[in-house]
Order: sequence, then C-alpha cells, then structure tokens
Amino acid sequence: MSEPILTIEHLTKQFDGRTVLDDVSFSVQEGEVIVIVGQSGCGKSTLLRCINALEEIQGGEIRLRGQPISGNAGKLAEIRQKIGMVFQNYELFPHLNVLDNILLAPVKVQKRNKNEVREEALALLERVGLKDRAESFPRQLSGGQKQRVAIVRALCMHPDILLFDEVTAALDPEMVREVLDVILGLAEDGKTMLIVTHEMQFARAVADRILLIDGGGICEEGTPEEFFGAPKTERAKAFLKTFSFERKIRKEGMKVPAEE
Amino acid sequence: MPDLGIEVIWKGKNLARLLGGLAAALRISLISVAVSIVLGIFVGILMTWKNPVSRAITRCYLEIVRIMPQLVLLFLVYFGTTRAFGWNLSGEAASVIVFSFWGTAEMGDLVRGAIISIPRHQYESAAALGLMPSDVYRYIVLPQSVRRLIPLSINLITRMIKTTSLVLMIGVVEVLKVAQQIIEANRMSSPNAAFGVYLFVFLLYFAACWPVSLLARYLEKKWG
Repeated sequence: MSEPILTIEHLTKQFDGRTVLDDVSFSVQEGEVIVIVGQSGCGKSTLLRCINALEEIQGGEIRLRGQPISGNAGKLAEIRQKIGMVFQNYELFPHLNVLDNILLAPVKVQKRNKNEVREEALALLERVGLKDRAESFPRQLSGGQKQRVAIVRALCMHPDILLFDEVTAALDPEMVREVLDVILGLAEDGKTMLIVTHEMQFARAVADRILLIDGGGICEEGTPEEFFGAPKTERAKAFLKTFSFERKIRKEGMKVPAEE
Repeated sequence: MPDLGIEVIWKGKNLARLLGGLAAALRISLISVAVSIVLGIFVGILMTWKNPVSRAITRCYLEIVRIMPQLVLLFLVYFGTTRAFGWNLSGEAASVIVFSFWGTAEMGDLVRGAIISIPRHQYESAAALGLMPSDVYRYIVLPQSVRRLIPLSINLITRMIKTTSLVLMIGVVEVLKVAQQIIEANRMSSPNAAFGVYLFVFLLYFAACWPVSLLARYLEKKWG
C-alpha cells in the first residue's frame, strides 16, 4: 500500500478532563471515502474538528502527508489550506456574495490569480447547479443551496482531503438529496473524503470504508457490505437497529404487508 | 390665529445667529463623534480581551461614564480643572473633551457587543480555509461588526447632537443659548417669541438629526 494521506495515531481528546476520544488510530489512503457513523455525542464531529486543529488534542498524533498537524502552530494556516471542511450550518460569510465567499481564501490566502479562480469557481458552481446564483447573498439561498456553495468553497482551495461534518443534518428532507448527490459525484471523481453523517443509505452508497465510533473509540470498521450486511459487534447491531422500524401490533383484519 | 412670535426670527441678524449657534453645536458633536469612533474601536477591541487588567480598567471607565450625568462632567472639566490645575479651557474645548470621553466609552461598548456577536463558527470556518488570525479579523469579523454597529452608533450620534443643548450651561453660545438671547431681547416687542423661536430650534435639531437617520436606514437596507 502507498503512503496514506492522513494518519491518526493514538489520538486522545478530553473536554475538561472528560475523555471524548480515547486512543483512536486509523489512516486514510489517497482517493478513499471513509464514512464515520455513531450516536449523537459519540465524538465523531470532534474527531473531524481535531483533524483540522479546531480542537486541541491531549495525546497522540495526526499527520497529513507525514506533516504533523497537532503542535505545529507555525504551519497551521498552511496545513489547513490542504484540508477542506464543510460544516453542518454551512457557515458562509453573510457579508459576501456567493462568488466572493468562494474567492476569498484562494485569492487572499493562496494568492492565486483572481480571474483564474473565478473561472474555476463558476465552473464548479455550474456543476452543482448554482451558476446563476453567483451574485446572490447567502441569505437569499435555501439551506441546500448554501451547503452546495460551502462545498464549492472548500473545493476551490484544491484540498488533499475533504471533511464533511453532518452536512445534511440542518437541512429540510427534500434538500438533503441535492447535497448528497454532489458528494457522491466527488466520490466518483476520486476525491479523498471523511464524512460524518446520519444518512445510512447514503453512507452505504458512498463509503469505501465505514467506521463506527462508540465509547470514544472505533468499535467496528469494515466495508459497507460487511458493516450493514453482517455487523460483527453487538454495538454495531444495536446501532443499526435504531435505524429500522417495525410495527409489532396491528388491528385484526388489517393485512400486514409482506416483507420484501 | 394666535401670535406665535415667529416673525422675530427674520428680524435683524437673528436667523444668521441661530444658524451660527447650530454650527457651534454641530462642530462640538461632529468632532466628538469622529474622536469617539476612532478611539471607540480600540476601546471596544480592548473590552473583548480576556486580560483581567484591561477588563477592569475598561469596565470602570464605562461605569463612570454611565453613572455621571453629562452636565456634571461638563462642570467638572470646565470649572473644576480651572480651579484645581489652573487650566484655562474654552467652553467648546471642554465640551469636546467631555463628549469624546462619553462617546468613546459608549462606542467602545457597542463595538465590543458587535464583535462578540459574531458567532464562533464564523471564526472557525475562516480558520478552516487557512486564514491567519489577523486576516480573520480583517476580512470576516470587522466587516460584519461594522454592519451590526451602524444602527446602534447612529443612535449614539443623534444623542450626542441633541445633548449639545447642555453646553450652554458652561457658557458656550450654541443654538439654544442664541434662542434664549433672542427671546430675552424681544421680550417687550414680541412677548410670544418663546414659542416661535423654540419651535424653530426644534426644526433645526430635526434638520441636523434626520439626515443621519436616513443614512442609517439606507446603510441598513444596503447591508441588511
């Protein structure tokens, strides 16, 4: 196997002495799509935030292409340019229009040619179906549109890896699909991604590998077929059960639809 | 129609004197506003620091300004310093000092409020894009703070313009003082002048503050 893009070794994260992540280790290969699942509050979002150094870590090491992220304050801004992050609540900059939101970091931070980045941004906006909204302000967009802009904003930095932190959790159901379709397209392009989500159907479709986090550690890991088809641990089975529904009692005379 | 004594305004140089008084009031308030905005931004940023010393100092400053009536501050600076330190401040200079002292504190508090109202996630998403902390302030936090600041600071500016009516108490001849002089001088010939002249003063204050309010409304709409 080639050198992994991202390596996490013995990561420990505590909030005020309470351990949230305990000795977590895994690595991400180039072009790999990893979906992280787990119950609310299990630390999966915290894990993503640690990778981007938005949280300080109390132990272990995170490396991007061999370069340590933790304790590397001097190079932090530079490393972060290589890690794209999309947040649950979009976090577009409300005082800038769509195009300026996208152009800000490539132009001001990476010092790239403005016209060149604009071309690229418009092409990406077209791809996510928002070319006509380039001059709109975030407040004029729906949640799904904002999230697609946020994805384009992250892509325009040409990151080595993309982090998605529950990017559909704040969306109305009918807008979830338009965002997930964009992410599926990125997976087909071979982008390296770490995705935290509660959308199990999506996880199954997009992932190369699924990690279940529970009790501060990775308690199960496998391909989507293994994870959804034949979960090994009791905790994984219990977790998957929370997503299936079953009506046990029905009125007499009502026909119970046959299982598919 | 009862005699409102408005004709007094057109007598002699009365109109020019009233406008001159208004100019004095606007001079004091606008210089003070300019000083307050510049110093207020610094004081406001200072107020967001976690350092306990800077916190205590700015806190005391703000409380003093809030508790002290402006008139007491005017007397303190104009009469007090003359006795205690032998300073010979003009009425206008004393007024500018007091109004700037007051405006800086209140503007600082508004700036502080605007900065801390920017959600933490805005800092984070900017940092995640690789912006250095100084760029996060420059491109993200301050532009958004200024937009939130506009309606509040306009309110402060109009209050500062209106409060210049106090400075006649330390002998500055501003619009209200001129009005009193005109009314006194015409007490015999137009005993009703008090109504007409004060009505005119009201209109002058309105003319000074209304454009500021319009500007605020325009900016709010533009940046909504």
